[in-house]
Amino acid sequence: MTIEQLAFYVISATALLSALLVVSLKNFVRSIFLFFLTLFSMAGLFVFALADFVAVTQLVIYVGGVLVLMIFAFLLSNRELLNNPEASEQSGFLHYLPGITVSVVFLGVLLMVLLKLDPGEFQWIQQSKENTLKPTDNTIHYLGINIMTRYLLPFEVVSVLLLMALIGAAHLARKEKEQ
Amino acid sequence: MIPLAHFMLVSAILFCIGLYAVLAKKNAIMILIGIEFMLNAAILNFVAFSKHDKIALGGQVFALFAIVLAAATVAVTLAIILNVYKYYRTIDPTKIDQLRD
Repeated sequence: MTIEQLAFYVISATALLSALLVVSLKNFVRSIFLFFLTLFSMAGLFVFALADFVAVTQLVIYVGGVLVLMIFAFLLSNRELLNNPEASEQSGFLHYLPGITVSVVFLGVLLMVLLKLDPGEFQWIQQSKENTLKPTDNTIHYLGINIMTRYLLPFEVVSVLLLMALIGAAHLARKEKEQ
Repeated sequence: MIPLAHFMLVSAILFCIGLYAVLAKKNAIMILIGIEFMLNAAILNFVAFSKHDKIALGGQVFALFAIVLAAATVAVTLAIILNVYKYYRTIDPTKIDQLRD
């Protein structure tokens, strides 16, 4: 086992274990901080797929933006919001059973597809020998050229949508004057 | 060199964890976190497959777009959740079942 594989499996185990803890912990603040750990290790996994720029974007936007937004929104707002509604009610194993069943069955379906599929044998992957990224390639160069030429229309659409989300979120979150 | 199937395995497990959070949690923020897990699993697949597409890099570009869209979604959703809390005094989605005032 090379050191690359070892690092990959350690990081993916961190991501999956912390994700499992996020959904199973009762304390809401703890699960938000573990969510931080999951996003961080997902950025690590992106590096192993030779997508360094996407990994940095994940760190800047998710870890720096989304998470700070979540923490701010709920530590600065009402304290009762943080009280988990599940804690007050009776929450036996039976309550979680449907969710667990559906997600485990779905995981089984996905694994079965994955076993039958063998994605390394796809025709377009077999034919892409010289089109495959190497660890020494400069992905930012390719990304910049592609965003400005081939994917210019989605880029513009996303920028308009971001503006809409900005206005919408500001409008929704503002305090209304008492009439 | 890590085989594609391992990336897909990690992403499948993460997707199912997110699915569980969406189905079983009674807290709107935990449901939002579950959706973020599912989005991240999809982004991991995008990125893993784009390794074999150096010229167009479609996977990485759309992973970037998906990250940006997810960030915008979270901002709007948090604003909506705060408003819902102000109105109903709860963020349990099973208790919010009235459209009228």
